[in-house]
Amino acid sequence: MNTILSIRDLRKSYADGFEALKGVSLDIREGEILALLGPNGAGKTTLISTVCGITTPTSGSVTVGGHDIQADFRAARRMIGLVPQEIALEPFEKVMNTVRFSRGLFGKRADDGRIEEVLRKLSLWDKRRNAIKELSGGMKRRVLIAKALAHDPRVLFLDEPTAGVDVELRKDMWDIVAELKAAGVTIILTTHYIEEAEAIADRIGVINKGELLLVEDKANLMARMGKKHLSVMLSRPITVIPPALARHNLELNGAGDELLYTYDTHADRTGITKLLNDVAEAGLVLRDVATRQSSLEEIFVTLVKGETP
Amino acid sequence: MNWAAIAAIYRFEMARFFRTLAQSFFSPVLSTSLYFVVFGTAIGSRIQEIEGVSYGAFIVPGLVMLSVVMLAISNASFGIYFPKFLGTIYELLSAPVNFIEIVVGYVGAAATKALFVGVVILVTASFFVELRIQHPFAMAAFLVLTCLSFSLLGFIIGIWASNFEQMSLVPQLVVTPLIFLGGTFYSISMLPPVWQTVTLFNPVVYLISGFRWSFYGLADVPIALSLLAIAAFTGLCLAVIGWIFRTGWRIRN
Repeated sequence: MNTILSIRDLRKSYADGFEALKGVSLDIREGEILALLGPNGAGKTTLISTVCGITTPTSGSVTVGGHDIQADFRAARRMIGLVPQEIALEPFEKVMNTVRFSRGLFGKRADDGRIEEVLRKLSLWDKRRNAIKELSGGMKRRVLIAKALAHDPRVLFLDEPTAGVDVELRKDMWDIVAELKAAGVTIILTTHYIEEAEAIADRIGVINKGELLLVEDKANLMARMGKKHLSVMLSRPITVIPPALARHNLELNGAGDELLYTYDTHADRTGITKLLNDVAEAGLVLRDVATRQSSLEEIFVTLVKGETP
Repeated sequence: MNWAAIAAIYRFEMARFFRTLAQSFFSPVLSTSLYFVVFGTAIGSRIQEIEGVSYGAFIVPGLVMLSVVMLAISNASFGIYFPKFLGTIYELLSAPVNFIEIVVGYVGAAATKALFVGVVILVTASFFVELRIQHPFAMAAFLVLTCLSFSLLGFIIGIWASNFEQMSLVPQLVVTPLIFLGGTFYSISMLPPVWQTVTLFNPVVYLISGFRWSFYGLADVPIALSLLAIAAFTGLCLAVIGWIFRTGWRIRN
């Protein structure tokens, strides 16, 4: 897959000495969805703002489709759409007009047919004559997306697209992102919601204190870092773990009817067969067994705490 | 040149103007009418003609300048401050536009609105006094240049301001006194000699004098000096705006 966005040793320092980005390098492939995870103040928005031209970098380079964002800013910016974190819209302007404005601003000739397509895709067509102030918060977020898509960008930045929206709208947003990906748009999204990254991203980048800790395929990351848990549910509760099972480092739940076994999916031997044999030999009767994968959230917390990936 | 972007900004700004057309149109008509009722008729009837021009007609150029200057500043400053205030400036900063295109779009729209109001005031004035325009091309040039230059100043104010209070600070505390003391309602030859000299440090004097000359051929200062003053003011504003966009002062982190 081709690289559409290339970031090299990008740094951003402020006058007070604060370093928001400490030499970030990142290649984004055409057509992928990359989720940037990080706590508040990690540098996610600064990274996006710098690529989009809102913030001037201190050093480093960024190219979009081979165009440098400073030397060839027009060509680079024409390829980018940005959906900001905050809902920033003129309250008295009509939906149709504000989307037309965005298209014109990016140098595209007026094309109401194309704007209609975008508005219909985002379920905004019926609201096209409404003033922005008459819309709900969710609809306003859709307007922001419509504005970002009005000039047909090949790279779309979504900065916390589902912050503060309800579950239903969040799912709608995910559907929209999936449709855009299907149409070939490269998407970079920042999010606090790990489940969001887990649900829709192809790759995950973790950023903290201005440094990119890792970028990896979501599946690989979860497989590499993911631990699995095997729950062994017992027919009759026990009060202590039998000595014959001590070597398995089991945990017993409060009710005494569930043993929890944690294992590494990458180990040559997971030890499950031996465990189940030992459980049977210890005279325990199984009611059920279940496995559970570590969530991305647990992986993220591990990374940000500085533990070795 | 991104002409589509210039047109988009211009149309967007003009749409704001047309949304409040009643206010944009009737407000200057009303205020001009009030000026003529109070100054032209009530007070003006007791004032003798100034160099052969009735007092009511004499104040027309100054009144036009007063409104045009204030409107050019407020329209342009509001035009660029509002996106900063709302956060919508992100779109402008991330768009493939350079500072010339942004300035042409915003300042062009602000100047158009001010020009519209200037023409409305002139037409309104013609119902109250007998207007003579001896140098129509010079009058048009002065009017357009004033609209443009003070829109540029308004644009600078809009970028500089970090709250609404600051937005009105310069127009109310600096520009309004300069206009009122710049010969809007009198000829500076009516002042004592010392104050005539002091007044020459007020840049608005050159503007109003030149504009009045285009109507009645009366000028407090030489017409060439008036043109030079407005050209220098426009150049200064352009230089400041150029510096703002090169450095990203108050707009780009």
